[in-house]
Amino acid sequence: MLKNFWTFLKSPSSAALWFILAIGFAGGVIFWGGFNTALEVTNTEEFCISCHEMQDNVYEEYRETIHYANRSGVRATCPDCHVPKKWTDKIVRKIAASKEVWGMLTGVIDTREKFVDHRRSMAEREWKRMKENDSLECRNCHNFEYMDFSEQGNRSVKMHSDALASGEKTCIDCHKGIAHELPDMKGVENW
Amino acid sequence: MKLLSLLVAVAAFAITANVIAQETVNPGGLATIRGASPIDETRPAEKLKRVIKDKNPIARNYVHQPPVVPHQTRGYRVDLNSNKCLSCHSWKHAVETGATKISLTHYETRDGKTLSDVSPRRYFCSQCHVTQADAAPLVENTFEPVESLGNE
Repeated sequence: MLKNFWTFLKSPSSAALWFILAIGFAGGVIFWGGFNTALEVTNTEEFCISCHEMQDNVYEEYRETIHYANRSGVRATCPDCHVPKKWTDKIVRKIAASKEVWGMLTGVIDTREKFVDHRRSMAEREWKRMKENDSLECRNCHNFEYMDFSEQGNRSVKMHSDALASGEKTCIDCHKGIAHELPDMKGVENW
Repeated sequence: MKLLSLLVAVAAFAITANVIAQETVNPGGLATIRGASPIDETRPAEKLKRVIKDKNPIARNYVHQPPVVPHQTRGYRVDLNSNKCLSCHSWKHAVETGATKISLTHYETRDGKTLSDVSPRRYFCSQCHVTQADAAPLVENTFEPVESLGNE
């Protein structure tokens, strides 16, 4: 029986080459489509807050901020800030995020107290990531090229036309804690 | 006779009960600052006032008045972990940000001892310094701001 199966695998198929290729192509499309769909499902707010760690801590905090509710109803959901848009970067980030699954299984932050204790190190990781990519996720929406200084407040104009324009500072250098509460800021630059 | 006295008693009770019931819903005819709504009704909340987005410093009205905040402070947290106000108004950052420095009195304890950083009793900025909205005075008054502090 096993031998029969082996010979079936080894012997060339009698089907036409175009047919085999067509099956391969169709299979490829389905596999790739399925993979990407699954990846996109993990890139939604519902998926993020399906764990109570996210739902009870960062999501609740974020609900009070301007990126959740504002005058025009435009929202930035979790992946808009925490997952890069470019495919290669996205895959790298997704693989790195598998560590968070491990954290969930071992319960590193499964209570509010544990979460608060961990907040500084988690926040620092995000600050570092955004500093290194020049606040790319902010800039996906907030494009410096199209900022109209005449529409900004005095304080914003001063900071943006000086530190941001020269490239000396990037968004996250000043705009920390805009979507979630801050950890103890002792020793953090500019605080 | 018995029937008559019973009737009188019932009628008297009904009238008193009615009067008491009327009194509990009587607002007393007073229009207070919160409006003239009956006390047993919850009136709809006032619309939120629009806070000044960003303006230059506003002159003080009297000596030792805590200066008011001429800009929005939505989402500015002041707690054990961080103080958003001080990230611009502290002496360390005020030069760079161009913000008004906090007064040195904020470094003093209530015994007059000077500390090396903001005194805990002066740490919660919004206890005294508040944002401004274009709101009419609730009660008419004849207050005149002090001229020497730069008021027109």
